[in-house]
Amino acid sequence: MLDLVNVSYDTLIPNNVGLSNDRRVLKALEKWHPGYINWWSDLIPDNFQKSLVYLRTAVSVDPKGWAKFDYVKMPEYRWGILLAPAVEGRTIPCGEHYGEPAWQEVPGEYRAMLRRLIVIQGDTEPASVEQQRFLGLTAPSLYDMRNLFQVNVEEGRHLWAMVYLLQKYFGADGREEADDLLRRSSGSEEAPRMLGAFNEETPDWLSFFMFTYFTDRDGKMQLEALAQSGFDPLSRTCRFMLTEEAHHMFVGETGVGRTIERTCQVMKENGIDDPYEIDRIRALGVIDLPTIQKKLNLHYTLSLDLFGQEVSTNAANAFNSGIKGRYMEHRLDDDHKLTDATYPVWDLDANGQLIRHEVPALTAINMRLRDDYTRDAAGGVGRWNKIIEKAGVQFEMKLPHEAFNRKIGVFANKLFDPDGKLLSGAEYDAGVKDWLPTHADGDFIQSLMKPVYEPGKFAGWIAPPKVGIDNKPGDFEYVKLYMA
Amino acid sequence: MSKIIDFQTDPSKYRHWRISLDGEIAHLYMDVDEKGGLFDGYELKLNSYDLGVDIELADAVQRLRFEHPAVKAVVLRSGKDNVFCAGANIRMLGRASHAHKVNFCKFTNETRNTFEAAGAESGQHYICAVKGSCAGGGYELALACDHIILTDDSTSAVALPEVPLLAVLPGTGGLTRVTDKRKVRRDLADVFCAMEEGVKGKRAKEWRLVDEVVANSKFDESVLARAKDFATKSKRPDGAEGVKLTPLKRQFAEDGSISYSTIEVALDRAGRKATITINGPDGDAPADMDAFHAQGAEAWMLRAARELDDAILHLRLNETELGVVVFRTQGDPQRVLAHEALLLANKDHWLANEVLLYWKRLLKRIDMTARSLVAVVEHGSCYAGVLAEILWAVDRSYMMEGEFEGDNRPLATLTLAGSNFGQYPMGNDLTRLQTRFLGEPEAVEALQGRIGDALEADEAKELGLVTFAFDDIDWEDELRIFLEERASFSPDALTGMEANLRFPGPETMETRIFGRLTAWQNWIFQRPNAVGEDGALQRYGSGKRGEYNMQRV
Repeated sequence: MLDLVNVSYDTLIPNNVGLSNDRRVLKALEKWHPGYINWWSDLIPDNFQKSLVYLRTAVSVDPKGWAKFDYVKMPEYRWGILLAPAVEGRTIPCGEHYGEPAWQEVPGEYRAMLRRLIVIQGDTEPASVEQQRFLGLTAPSLYDMRNLFQVNVEEGRHLWAMVYLLQKYFGADGREEADDLLRRSSGSEEAPRMLGAFNEETPDWLSFFMFTYFTDRDGKMQLEALAQSGFDPLSRTCRFMLTEEAHHMFVGETGVGRTIERTCQVMKENGIDDPYEIDRIRALGVIDLPTIQKKLNLHYTLSLDLFGQEVSTNAANAFNSGIKGRYMEHRLDDDHKLTDATYPVWDLDANGQLIRHEVPALTAINMRLRDDYTRDAAGGVGRWNKIIEKAGVQFEMKLPHEAFNRKIGVFANKLFDPDGKLLSGAEYDAGVKDWLPTHADGDFIQSLMKPVYEPGKFAGWIAPPKVGIDNKPGDFEYVKLYMA
Repeated sequence: MSKIIDFQTDPSKYRHWRISLDGEIAHLYMDVDEKGGLFDGYELKLNSYDLGVDIELADAVQRLRFEHPAVKAVVLRSGKDNVFCAGANIRMLGRASHAHKVNFCKFTNETRNTFEAAGAESGQHYICAVKGSCAGGGYELALACDHIILTDDSTSAVALPEVPLLAVLPGTGGLTRVTDKRKVRRDLADVFCAMEEGVKGKRAKEWRLVDEVVANSKFDESVLARAKDFATKSKRPDGAEGVKLTPLKRQFAEDGSISYSTIEVALDRAGRKATITINGPDGDAPADMDAFHAQGAEAWMLRAARELDDAILHLRLNETELGVVVFRTQGDPQRVLAHEALLLANKDHWLANEVLLYWKRLLKRIDMTARSLVAVVEHGSCYAGVLAEILWAVDRSYMMEGEFEGDNRPLATLTLAGSNFGQYPMGNDLTRLQTRFLGEPEAVEALQGRIGDALEADEAKELGLVTFAFDDIDWEDELRIFLEERASFSPDALTGMEANLRFPGPETMETRIFGRLTAWQNWIFQRPNAVGEDGALQRYGSGKRGEYNMQRV
């Protein structure tokens, strides 16, 4: 009998899906494996590949004690295929097939749609590793470096998860798509990643923290929606991925929080009350709060674009067919079909005023998920403000209005300020340097990016964490660097 | 959708296209303005198009031929980053009346044919540079080009997703060009046309769906190199100066009648009839091609063609209840022949060639017009050479025989020219005379001996060149009774009957597109599975799938 909770290590690929009994898929995955290892090896700088990193590896999908921590070289990380346990008698949670038994095989009529969704999700996973490939070189501490690598290997494992679905359920087409996931590459001229936001390099650690807070949170929302899928293997895969994704949010939230904390602390130590005394603050080697706000503005708005058009046919189709649900679908109290429901979406009236107007809820699935995202993202911002308040600094971080700095959807390519006011070109040009990071801001942040590789030490622009990973003490050597 | 649709535009008014000229090569960028739909109620997202977008394309194609003769290769490409073209706008199609859908498809088909023919006929080759999604009507745009280049970025694909996604056909030549032009193996074509996601990369080349697949980083370079190859092969003249297509002189009267400089369109709404009068040239033919070029868009052969083209399109889209179109001509047949003869004698001159090709397309547009077409050959007519073709494009013709009381115009004649024997083939690749005399090819040969003779009614009838000839006792009544009767028949049955009888003889890709593909599409456009309240087209965008009646018919 298969042990579907504990991870089997009897094949090259750790799994809880009985891979050793599924010769066809095992063979396909083993064929794909070398390409993956090549991809990883070409990506991460060599001395990090050979370093021992204190990583957690999933050993079970039991919510209690699912992972164990140990030193491992990243290429030897056991990338596994792990699905959350099957829920007996699970039914399709939404759309026209609501209440029917969940699909255990791909329904032919939705093959193309399912495959597309899995490929798009799969494409983002390795993309972020590619975007972050050089950050190890400027890590502000071994603790942070370890967190970076943890995020990286888990994104890699998420790629595995999607590839497994493609190989197992989509035949020859799926195998080709799996190969193409390794062919495309972030920022590549030859074959770029599918979504624009995943083709930008992550240039510095503040960007990394913002990315993991805001952009990985888009990933979380997408996984939440896919975890509601009527296609059970996809649902189970995504449910387990969410367990890991929580750590990525944590890295982002505490990373930004520690940056803010350090800035406030240095301001106080030096008797600076006005957060806008930017030159003085910067001279002390910390990142001023207005610049952090600008980074927030940028990453939040880029992430909003990832939700697509407010009114979307594809999203409606995916919901109605039961392929992709809403955030927390099982907790929502409605017919789960949205037969006659409406939902308010943003629009511009004839005078350029922002309004929300009702459209069929089925077509507004993206807008709804984005609203859920905004609520979810607001939590951490509140906690950052607590840090500022506690330090006694007069400043408040804010999520900008959704209309600001958008490239996709109803606000695309129109000029708004962060409060959502429609601006003329001249007004926008005058204000934008205060709303979005300038090249000079980037240069300044870059100037702080000096690696700190000594255990227990942190770069001057960031505070140490309250608690270590796996409750390790402050001077724990999270990465045993390989020194050639 | 009731609003006058105007087919006249110019690049200063374009909202959806840009032309950028680079010597022998032109880049034609499709960059559709989402908010620029011809009607309210839909947005032209992802470079999807409606009739308004296609009117601009048709204009651009025409201007490239006439205004930019030095252009030897046209690169058709997207002005947007991630999409080539998503095809016809589905919300527009879902809302449009049946008549609008049919007219839209016909016009877009004619436009595709126009740039498809540009390479072989006048050495202006269209090359399609595909980057991003190229689906449905988007791929049909590509199919009409001489050469398709697809980038190999592992995302860009070509697709015909109409059947699985929308329950309709790729009806702008898609199905036909896949098999007849690109000669995709028919089982692979079945696979291709039944998948939503399309085919990308090397497989697209292996399946013959595109001509080449190139590395993304070398895309622009490869496209330019290929454009240059085609330019080198072209027989277009170097550095020739174009002819400006100036705005038409056109006036609408209150009752909807239209006056152009050479064409009059009179409307009889009660009789459901439009009468188009073509006035022959009022001056002598230009002395030579230099003189013709100097006249430019004012030259009668070009001016009359543009005006007649506009009139036909206007009637098709804006006057759908006028079931009968009557053609008349008035003027000096010798002058018509002289104006045409200058071009025939200078066929190797690019401009002469273009104007003759324009008439070829225009006459096909008449063939393809779904109205009862009648020609009347009155006294004073100038059915000669190119204008005589109209007599054999229409469903039937009536000619005045003998003197009419009180009518002092020259006696009705018609005159054949050499051009009637090959210059203006129909879609079936036969001349109108060959098509007319399908059962007696010798009759066509015999007619060659009558070139240049002014044939009066008895002879014209004897030779089978007109349907009826009546003297002034019968003329008026016969014509009236016929027109009244015709106007009373079911327009659907008439359209079907006429479309079948007009195109006897062999099939070509063109007749298969306008016949087989279009007829099936128009059938599907009437079926509840596509257009019913719960059909796929109506439901598109709502998230709900179409509900199908699963009975095979």
